Amino acid sequence: MKDPLLPHLVEMQSWQQESELVFTFQVAPPEEYGSFRAGQFNMLYLPGMGESAISISGDPADRNHLTHTVRAVGNVTRALHGLRPPARIGLRGPFGRGWPLAAAEGRELLLMAGGIGLAPLRPVLFQALAAPERYQRVTLLLGARSPEEILYSEQLLRWKSDAGLQFLATVDVASAAWRGDVGVITDLVQRAAINPQQTVAMVCGPEIMLRFCARRLRELGVASDAIHVSLERHMQCGTGFCGHCQLGPYFLCKDGPVFAYPAVEPYLMTQEF
Amino acid sequence: MRTVGDELRAHPFFAGLSEDCMQLIAGCGEHVVFRSGATIASEGSAANEFYVIERGRVALQLHTSATGALLIQTLDAGDILGWSWLFPPFRWSIEARAMQDVHAIRLDGKCLRGKCDTDPAMGYALMQRFSYIMSQRVEATRLQVLDVYGRANRS
Repeated sequence: MKDPLLPHLVEMQSWQQESELVFTFQVAPPEEYGSFRAGQFNMLYLPGMGESAISISGDPADRNHLTHTVRAVGNVTRALHGLRPPARIGLRGPFGRGWPLAAAEGRELLLMAGGIGLAPLRPVLFQALAAPERYQRVTLLLGARSPEEILYSEQLLRWKSDAGLQFLATVDVASAAWRGDVGVITDLVQRAAINPQQTVAMVCGPEIMLRFCARRLRELGVASDAIHVSLERHMQCGTGFCGHCQLGPYFLCKDGPVFAYPAVEPYLMTQEF
Repeated sequence: MRTVGDELRAHPFFAGLSEDCMQLIAGCGEHVVFRSGATIASEGSAANEFYVIERGRVALQLHTSATGALLIQTLDAGDILGWSWLFPPFRWSIEARAMQDVHAIRLDGKCLRGKCDTDPAMGYALMQRFSYIMSQRVEATRLQVLDVYGRANRS
């Protein structure tokens, strides 16, 4: 977009509840939007409320819709939760560096997502499963709070049965009726069929989960620089001017949100950051 | 057909143990099958064994009056079930139930305790391995208790 600080009014096209607090909606992209890369985000603006950085969760090949999956936890996101088509909202973007899909070509692509961290990884799945011949294997390991909070479950099961996705999910807690895994996402790494030396991992979720996942992947033999994580801080301008999202030498909105893990590891272990 | 000893020697949990140790351990083991839904261990019951799960899924669950049975963790092929046999009062601290038909090797904890008492090197080697599993479970429990997915992470 010509002026990255100027929001464009866009119209909500669809709205869908995913779980108690999480919902997905689509808007029509502004004319000059172009395309986005998997892992990038938009700034969504509600007049009188403010802006919020929201990952793009749809298919990068779809030029007619921009999809966002949102957890209603703040003023802006709670207000978004109450909107329905054809509501109009402001949008700036896309911002940030996306997932390094090219680095995974010819290798195994391992995605690890926790909770709503699946949203920024879903565009990777759209792209990778549209061209599976580019990867030795595509695997998604998913952690969620409960079975009811697993996002996109029908689509993931379709991808598993029809598109060759190796998909394992685990939840923190469940009733006795649940037949799936209960435990932490790091346990799934050992259950999945992966070749660590050939693996490029992309991990998104709560920061503590990123650290534990990176540690487990390294223990298994995945190269440190083949582990990529998506981080979150308070993004405001989206262009690296305001400094709100600074982490050590990086501005997450511009230099991230996706980083090779070794680049950000020291800052994730520093309490002041 | 592979013997209990063959199965145990191929399992990473027992990697590095001497052949003498393996023969002692295998001598305390037997193949068992639990049909889906069967209770493998009840909370509070005597813990005189542990299991090496070969096939199937096991639910570890606690019962509360408010929630009924609450599924805390699942164990799958390759996992080790049970460490209460190592520590007094030798009682299971959780219920274990077969979610599918479960094939496992049951190891007689009473028999092993006796052997560990007379062979401290073997006792230490086993304790190291169980301590690692316990440390992994503590770490997992920390993450679960933190309720990390319930917080306001991305989006």
